[in-house]
Amino acid sequence: MSEHDDHGTPVSLKGLSANDPHLQPAARNPVLVERVIAVTFVLGIVLVVGFGACYWVNAAPWTLGATMGGGLFFLGVGLVAWGKYLMPKGPFVEERHVLANTDQDRDAFAAAIVERGGSVIKRRKMLGGLLGGGLGLFGVVALFPLLRSLGPLPKGTLFHTDWRSGTYAVDITGRRVQVGDLAVGSIVTVYPEGRQTSDRGQAVDQTVLVRISNENFVTQKGRETWGPHGYLAYSKLCTHLGCPVGLYEQELQLLVCPCHQSMFNVTNGAIPQFGPAPRPLPQLPLYVDASGYIRSQKDYDQPVGPGFWERS
Amino acid sequence: MSSDVVNTKRAKANAAGPYGKVGQALNELDDRLGVAKGGRTFMDKIFPDHWSFMLGEIVLYSFVVLLVTGVFLTLYYIPSTALVTYHGSYLPLDGQRVTEAFASSVNLSFAVRAGLLMRQMHHWACDIFIGAMVVHMARIFFTGAFRKPRELNWTIGTTLLILAIVNGFLGYSLPDDLVSGTGIRIAFSIVLSIPFVGSYLGFFVFGGNFPGATVIPRFYILHVLIVPALILGLVGAHLFLLVRQKHTQFPGKGRTEKNVVGTPMFPVFMAKTTGFLLMVSGVIALLGAFAQINPIWQFGPYEASRISYAVQPDWYMGFLDGALRIWPSWSFHSFGHTIPFEVFIPAVVLPGIIFNIAYAWPAIERHFTKDNEMHNLLDRPSNRPKRTAAGVAVLALLSTLFIASSTDVMANFFHLPLTEVLWGMRILVILSPFVAYPITWKICKEVQAVKGGGKRKTTNVVTRTAEGEYVATAAPVYVDDAHSELEATPVPRFIIEEPDEQDESGVRTAER
Repeated sequence: MSEHDDHGTPVSLKGLSANDPHLQPAARNPVLVERVIAVTFVLGIVLVVGFGACYWVNAAPWTLGATMGGGLFFLGVGLVAWGKYLMPKGPFVEERHVLANTDQDRDAFAAAIVERGGSVIKRRKMLGGLLGGGLGLFGVVALFPLLRSLGPLPKGTLFHTDWRSGTYAVDITGRRVQVGDLAVGSIVTVYPEGRQTSDRGQAVDQTVLVRISNENFVTQKGRETWGPHGYLAYSKLCTHLGCPVGLYEQELQLLVCPCHQSMFNVTNGAIPQFGPAPRPLPQLPLYVDASGYIRSQKDYDQPVGPGFWERS
Repeated sequence: MSSDVVNTKRAKANAAGPYGKVGQALNELDDRLGVAKGGRTFMDKIFPDHWSFMLGEIVLYSFVVLLVTGVFLTLYYIPSTALVTYHGSYLPLDGQRVTEAFASSVNLSFAVRAGLLMRQMHHWACDIFIGAMVVHMARIFFTGAFRKPRELNWTIGTTLLILAIVNGFLGYSLPDDLVSGTGIRIAFSIVLSIPFVGSYLGFFVFGGNFPGATVIPRFYILHVLIVPALILGLVGAHLFLLVRQKHTQFPGKGRTEKNVVGTPMFPVFMAKTTGFLLMVSGVIALLGAFAQINPIWQFGPYEASRISYAVQPDWYMGFLDGALRIWPSWSFHSFGHTIPFEVFIPAVVLPGIIFNIAYAWPAIERHFTKDNEMHNLLDRPSNRPKRTAAGVAVLALLSTLFIASSTDVMANFFHLPLTEVLWGMRILVILSPFVAYPITWKICKEVQAVKGGGKRKTTNVVTRTAEGEYVATAAPVYVDDAHSELEATPVPRFIIEEPDEQDESGVRTAER
């Protein structure tokens, strides 16, 4: 192998004469360019020093960024211009070496793997099988601590909330909601009492309480008793991706999810009227107790939030 | 006396060899590591001059900025969801119960010197990192730079894009503010949507049902160690392959499949690229200074039952968000099971298809063209109308999906009903690739038909004589074009300064 092919560099070439046009600066007026570059460097230096000063006196954040960014930018511009205009203009050429080796070398490589391997491994099929089996088994077993330890199994978690028979509905401050609290057309987010600040209460149990009239309100057949005094409670988790359905369009009686604009009609059981949500928001059956507190009759009759495989 | 000084100098010079102390140091290094030959080759590596080759450099240098600013942020950020009462310098939040992650993010923005700048630079650098990556990838695609022998580097690059998007999302989630928390909620629901294993996967990743107390520490270690390590390793492999296989180049005077024409690594390219590193960092710092990004103190801490209007993810997640918005509410409920197609298809299947097409593209193209040759010269996109049209079709699809992620903002801005905007976007998204393909194909054909296409033309200056006769005179050739008239020369062994010495005859000599 010659020196040439080894790294693809024409190492034995003679240097060019200093007068060769390839080595001349690319700029037509190098002296002027040099001065301009010097000015950009000086500007850069001034700004970088300014950055130090701004940092020292704890100036406003924008001054730090302006001086640092400007300083780096000017230094960079100068350096690019130096390389572009004052260094040899070229173009230069480099030969590409062929990456592939000779057939001989390739055969030797393949032979080293196939023949050597063949003689040692193929004849010991049982050993190979055992080793492969052992390592494979380890791979499977290693998955347990790597994967299974990461979290609990879902089990029933996704199917239930903390609403029970007789749970008081409280707002975020923990205050029980009473029947006189909401005017018609108002809305409040409620939680099962005691859960209002917990992770699960916030993320799973959150329920939107809307008052749409003063009379008992029936959204669907079979839900005759669920809307006492015009109070309707729906899970606040969008059935699309679980965002809180936080917007209430009072005139159209729609609950709107700000994430992907699914709209649920409050009056007919939160059936999605528009958008990507596939299912109605589950409705929480309510009752008003003797003291006028709003409480849940039971848990939601279906899983809240987005869909998943185990859900029927 | 003076001759002694000269002698000493000369003796020293002789002892040091022709290249002085640097040469000596290099010799010492070569004795131990044998770097002379490879180092010389590396210094001689030729970089073709074309603006589009700069796109990858933007990616690399914004990654450098990400690493530096990211290290700064880790010094102050606390990856914990433990609740604390905020008493920092941002008074509107005073006394609120927030997570340590959120409190430390606000604190490092306001109480740490240069903290806000570093955070904003980090975020801007990320947006630029992924943006430049996409444009770089498009350049590689449209010029056919992914063809043999560079398929492996295309695969590495595609993987890098996925990792960058993933890490961008992870980092975006760390401040635990209202907007990013909503993003995590959506991510959890997307994992849930995967048939058979979704709920298990979600519970394992989040350490239980959403919100999962372990999610912030887990995202943190993924964001600052595991994914960046993967990215760093793959960037190294990407660059190694680039040096090993040498650059592609556009066809032109003196350029063949068997050579590379351009400027050498040292000193020309090194000066330009180092300058460019400084410029990219400078621009990112200026953006960090003047363009506010992700003001988490305005969003407030994440509370699962609160949400803000017009919530949008970072730009690189936009196409997913748009797809989720416009996909119809088709859900599968049967046999006691649910497959949330309304989530699974746009958020899992769609990106899966797009990235798999990207991975498979070199093979797909080879299958149709039966082209198994080595390619070091790039294609002009117009010369490959089908590939170009296919690429533009995919970009059109992704762009319209991206636009669809702001249906609510558009409806508000244009005072249109949301339903109409949504339906409009649905139609637009479906139509866009089918419209983009034939139009691009036609444009390519037209460009091909133009004589001298791709060459810069000199202007004709038209003058009117006193008699009223019009005369067209060709303007002189552009300086840059004249420059390329120079035949490429092999990299010289020495790049020599103008010699100062003159011999007796007054003729300047240069040492060869």
